[in-house]
Amino acid sequence: MTDIKMATAEHQTTAASNGNSELFKRIKNPIIAARNLGLFYGHNEALRDVNFEVPVNSITALIGPSGCGKSTLLRCFNRMNDLIPIVRISGEVNYRGHNLYGDQVDPVEVRRRIGMVFQKPNPFPKSVYDNVAWGAKINGYKGNMDELVERSLRRAALWEEVKDKLKESGLALSGGQQQRLCIARTIATEPEIILMDEPCSALDPIATLKIEELMRELQTEYTIIIVTHNMQQAARASDYTAMMMLTDDREAGTVVEYNETDTIFTNPRDKRTEDYITGRFG
Amino acid sequence: MPDMFQDAHSDDFKNNLPQRKQRGKLGQTLFLISTVVGIIALLALLYNITNEMFGLVAVQYQTDPATLSDRPLSELSQPELVTILEENISRGLFRRYDREAPIAERSREDLLALIDERVVGSQIVAAYPAIDSIIDRAAIEAEVAEKYPEARVEWKSWLNPDFVASPMSSTPLFAGVRTALLGSLWMISITILVAVPIGVGAAIYLEEYASHESMINKVIQANINNLAGVPSIIYGMLGLAIFVRALEPITSGAAFGIAGNNGRTLLSAALTMALLILPIIIISAQEAIRAVPRSLRLASYGIGATKWQTIRSHVLPVAFPSILTGIILAISRAIGETAPLILVGASTYIVTDPNGPFSNFTALPIQIYNWTSQPQAEFRNLAAAAIIVLLTVLLSMNAIAVYLRNRFQRQL
Ligand SMILES: Nc1ncnc2c1ncn2[C@@H]1O[C@H](COP(=O)(O)OP(=O)(O)OP(=O)(O)O)[C@@H](O)[C@H]1O
Ligand SMILES: [Mg+2]
Repeated sequence: MTDIKMATAEHQTTAASNGNSELFKRIKNPIIAARNLGLFYGHNEALRDVNFEVPVNSITALIGPSGCGKSTLLRCFNRMNDLIPIVRISGEVNYRGHNLYGDQVDPVEVRRRIGMVFQKPNPFPKSVYDNVAWGAKINGYKGNMDELVERSLRRAALWEEVKDKLKESGLALSGGQQQRLCIARTIATEPEIILMDEPCSALDPIATLKIEELMRELQTEYTIIIVTHNMQQAARASDYTAMMMLTDDREAGTVVEYNETDTIFTNPRDKRTEDYITGRFG
Repeated sequence: MPDMFQDAHSDDFKNNLPQRKQRGKLGQTLFLISTVVGIIALLALLYNITNEMFGLVAVQYQTDPATLSDRPLSELSQPELVTILEENISRGLFRRYDREAPIAERSREDLLALIDERVVGSQIVAAYPAIDSIIDRAAIEAEVAEKYPEARVEWKSWLNPDFVASPMSSTPLFAGVRTALLGSLWMISITILVAVPIGVGAAIYLEEYASHESMINKVIQANINNLAGVPSIIYGMLGLAIFVRALEPITSGAAFGIAGNNGRTLLSAALTMALLILPIIIISAQEAIRAVPRSLRLASYGIGATKWQTIRSHVLPVAFPSILTGIILAISRAIGETAPLILVGASTYIVTDPNGPFSNFTALPIQIYNWTSQPQAEFRNLAAAAIIVLLTVLLSMNAIAVYLRNRFQRQL
């Protein structure tokens, strides 16, 4: 406990933006960027002063201790927090330079462009086919549905395993298959960013590796932001890593360090980051 | 027990364990007792009903059928039956029947029934419960022979096709339950048409759209919860005041050009029943909707579905089986309710079948209630048979619901 106190005192001036500004200069043309983002759940502050940019076609990992607001931040990126009535948001999230929280913006459209994969696989209680097709259908997809379903399932590296049971329930698949089905479902709506909140936490190491490989493949077309508690996963699978922590008054979470993954893991700037990734934290 | 688990706390644990197990045993016994009590009560009810539904009866004729013709009546041709009828009933009565439907054109079955009722005039002079009839038939026959020397003893099931198919009659032998059965079916259909869409709609609104924080909604919610517990007679009074009296032009059909009715119609009764079961439907549907996992909604929103698409395609299908269960419970209640029907004016004696929402009517529970309060013992047998009809209606509706539910669950 005292360790953390000392550490936080030492780094009081290392505000998020300081550590990141150099990186921000290198990131040309970010696809999504948080600017002074803050968030309250009722009276409880969950995010404060988050500054964060994600380049196109990258994989960015969000790491940090439990309760520091990773999921909350991720949900800000596709306005899923709107579904929680007590949430209040300040600051901006810019997507290709436009504020997602602007007056004209419809959250339904946002969520189509910025898809989400959840911690627990949550396929619809429908057939494998319908799981993939439904999202595209409601979003007005006019093309050949069979083709889209096959393409999406192939992109999610699931086609070979399910091509003979498209009519069976999505819930009848294994956990790892279900999670890839959820990814296929997200891909089918042709998003530009895919948000993943601990997508592998319910999966075994082999299924996890499959998903990581898949992320690498998807990277060519999509931008991925992934929350993970698994340091190896962050180190292995991401290009950029953002370290989140509670602020010094321990009330809200913020991004304390953001850099290329290699740099974060080999040469962290912030003592707290180093403690966390080497397992000395807490 | 070997001391393989010995450590500092093991004594406490060991002292505790028998007590913990004993409590479990106690609970188990209590649950078993409650189940047994429930089953006994149910069996007693069934015993009671069956006992009254079958049994020996002593039948006596006004005119012995053998004196009417030298052949058995059932073998006579239609014209012969017409003649018998003409010869044996008063001219006035014959003319009245002729006006209702020309006698000469009536079917043989119709004529036989008419002769049976008017000429032969079979009459049940004594009825005995099933158990007595089985174990003590000799004694009963002796008793009948002594008291009613002209009567014949025969075995009768009060529940029979004729009972279901004949309208109400003041003679127990001919009384049937058709009018009441049709009345109940009509009423329940209208009730379903009204209460289900409104109830499920309200539940969707309250769960999905209304803000759970707002004061108004909290008040509404509390009211609905309380309404579910209001005694049904109160709904009857409400129905009497609103549907029978205030809205008479509508419920009597006058507003739709149907004259000659008062407000005591099927429609009034069905609307009252709809009010009565609305809170039950709303509450159970709300619970069903609330039980849909949040992850499912998130999944739907997460790929760009609108609120309505989410509700329509994911929430409602998943909640449907439970919603259906609630609806069935509510409908079962509505079929069995009696008090509100008495207030909104179900007729106790009516022989014409209901033919639309604006008919006067009677219903099964009313009929049962009416029969049980008649002085002649035979009406109690009829009541028992009507109870079986009512239970059959209830069970078939439940069966349909279970079937639908299973079908839907398999689709998921
Ligand atoms: N729906 C909610 N309503 C109110 N408070 C919430 C809600 N969701 C999260 N919080 C609060 O916001 C803070 C951040 O939570 P969040 O779920 O974002 O943390 P996290 O970093 O994702 O944690 P974990 O690693 O355990 O998933 C916590 O203090 C939590 O209590
Ligand atoms: Mg989280």
